[in-house]
Amino acid sequence: MTLKVTLKAVAPIPLDLSFEVGKAELIALVGPSGSGKTTTLRTIAGFWQPDTARVEIAGSAWLDTARNISVPPHRRRAGLVFQDFALFPHMTAAGNVIAAMGDLPARERAAEAERLLQLVHLGDLGHRRPAELSGGQKQRVALARALARRPEVLLLDEPFSAVDRATRERLHEELIGLRAQLSMPVVLVTHDIGEAQVLADRMVVIERGKIVAAGCTAAVMSDPVALRQLGLREIAAMLSARVTAQEADGTTRLETAGGPIWLPRLDAAAGQRHRVRILAHEVILSRAQPEGLSAQNILTGRVVTVTPGEGPGVLVRVAVGEDEIMARITRRACEMLALKPGEPVHAILKTMSVARGHVAQETDTGIASP
Amino acid sequence: MDWQALWLSLSLAAWTVALLLPVSVFVGRALATRSFRGKGLVEGLVMLPLVLPPTVFGFYLLVALGRNSPVGAFWQDLFGHQLVFTFEGLVVASVIFNLPFAIQPAQRAFEAIPNSLREAAASSGLSPLRALWKVELPLAWPGVVTAMVLTFAHTLGEFGIVLMVGGSIPGETRTIAIAIYDRVQAFDMEAAGTMSAVLVAISLFTIATTFALSARVGRRLGQ
Repeated sequence: MTLKVTLKAVAPIPLDLSFEVGKAELIALVGPSGSGKTTTLRTIAGFWQPDTARVEIAGSAWLDTARNISVPPHRRRAGLVFQDFALFPHMTAAGNVIAAMGDLPARERAAEAERLLQLVHLGDLGHRRPAELSGGQKQRVALARALARRPEVLLLDEPFSAVDRATRERLHEELIGLRAQLSMPVVLVTHDIGEAQVLADRMVVIERGKIVAAGCTAAVMSDPVALRQLGLREIAAMLSARVTAQEADGTTRLETAGGPIWLPRLDAAAGQRHRVRILAHEVILSRAQPEGLSAQNILTGRVVTVTPGEGPGVLVRVAVGEDEIMARITRRACEMLALKPGEPVHAILKTMSVARGHVAQETDTGIASP
Repeated sequence: MDWQALWLSLSLAAWTVALLLPVSVFVGRALATRSFRGKGLVEGLVMLPLVLPPTVFGFYLLVALGRNSPVGAFWQDLFGHQLVFTFEGLVVASVIFNLPFAIQPAQRAFEAIPNSLREAAASSGLSPLRALWKVELPLAWPGVVTAMVLTFAHTLGEFGIVLMVGGSIPGETRTIAIAIYDRVQAFDMEAAGTMSAVLVAISLFTIATTFALSARVGRRLGQ
């Protein structure tokens, strides 16, 4: 069940891109507004048709301008979560979910709606109308409705942008948890790099309708070309860590390949594996084993590359066991420390620099593979 | 009190509503959701009966439906009598001059439905017709009902066009509005007053009922 997309268009925005999404894979289309990512999603769903395009799912064409094939949107099994959720306001939450179950026998629908609402943690709110639901609850109903279609592909159009930050972080975790049960390709459109990095297996960075970088999330996040597009302050690495203890002082201790780190309290049991997003500009490097610092998180590793930027900064990739973290430091500091590939180095990270939304539980499918 | 005239007016209004209901839904929706060449012209034509004096509009209808017109001749061939100065002729005229009342409120109601809801219906697997039935009509029906109520009330009260196309044949084309005029001409102010009062009561009742219904729907949707 692979989704293959190729599209070319001149207007309303120039587009020229092509990508594939595999079974159970989550790909993030990232880029500034107006770059064409939502248009790409709408092409897959069938709400827009570029001059030249081909959309293929599991070998059958939904759209092929060369062969004059265009399956109408309601016959494409694409579950779509809209940015504004677009729930039917005159139906209850359960009614919204049931409305998308056209091909299920009528007597099975109520039970299936119940199951889907449970899946998105809304089991007891099925009787409410959208006007009586919070933003986060509406988003969950929209997701349940998209899944009710038994879609061959799941499309998420900025699905977290209309909710507050705390809700967004909870929804991220829920989506990560849900993915173990999803077997279809998932396409997420977002302008939030952090969101893409936490959620996606692979990233496609789009700029003015063209792909400027694509690949597994970790690779894109350390690709200098992609980084220029994404914004330097978004550069970050994902570090794998295992919860070892809940400390009495309100922090959680995790074990990484480069040593223990302490993060603001995570609601997690010991032994759980997490991925932690570490922003490159929050990392300090030191040649000597640091002492007498307030920062508690000191990871030991080796320099992999030193990439000078256009300004006064350089980006240093540091291997920590199997993982890599990145540090953005000044060229001056880099010269003073004489950092070169292969040199040992200590990376220092403030506990408080890791936001709650930058930690996500690891799932089997959640680990990027190149 | 001319009960025959009242009955004639009510059945003319009922026929007009029945014939314009599908027009209201499908034309209103098409104008709300589609863009095509000449859309402005179509919208202008639909609005025309609103701005033309009824006698002018009635005159053109009389010419267009008369015995010498293609429509009138066709009707004559088919049914053996002419179209103007008959109840059927009144229905045709009534349907045409009520187009703005039947289409406009429905068009506004369909326009108020966010496009993402139509797309959500499609991506939920609803065919265009099912989407209309399950999503759009439940949301737009206050507008469609308003359109039908306006059509109904307006038909009851129309005078100029009815007089031009139908004349004043008792039991065939003499509607309540014409009957009131006839009574005034005959200095029978009492009968004219009674009939006017009945017309006011019916119109007030229909409009008040509609508003109450729409308000209830609005509350239900939390708008």
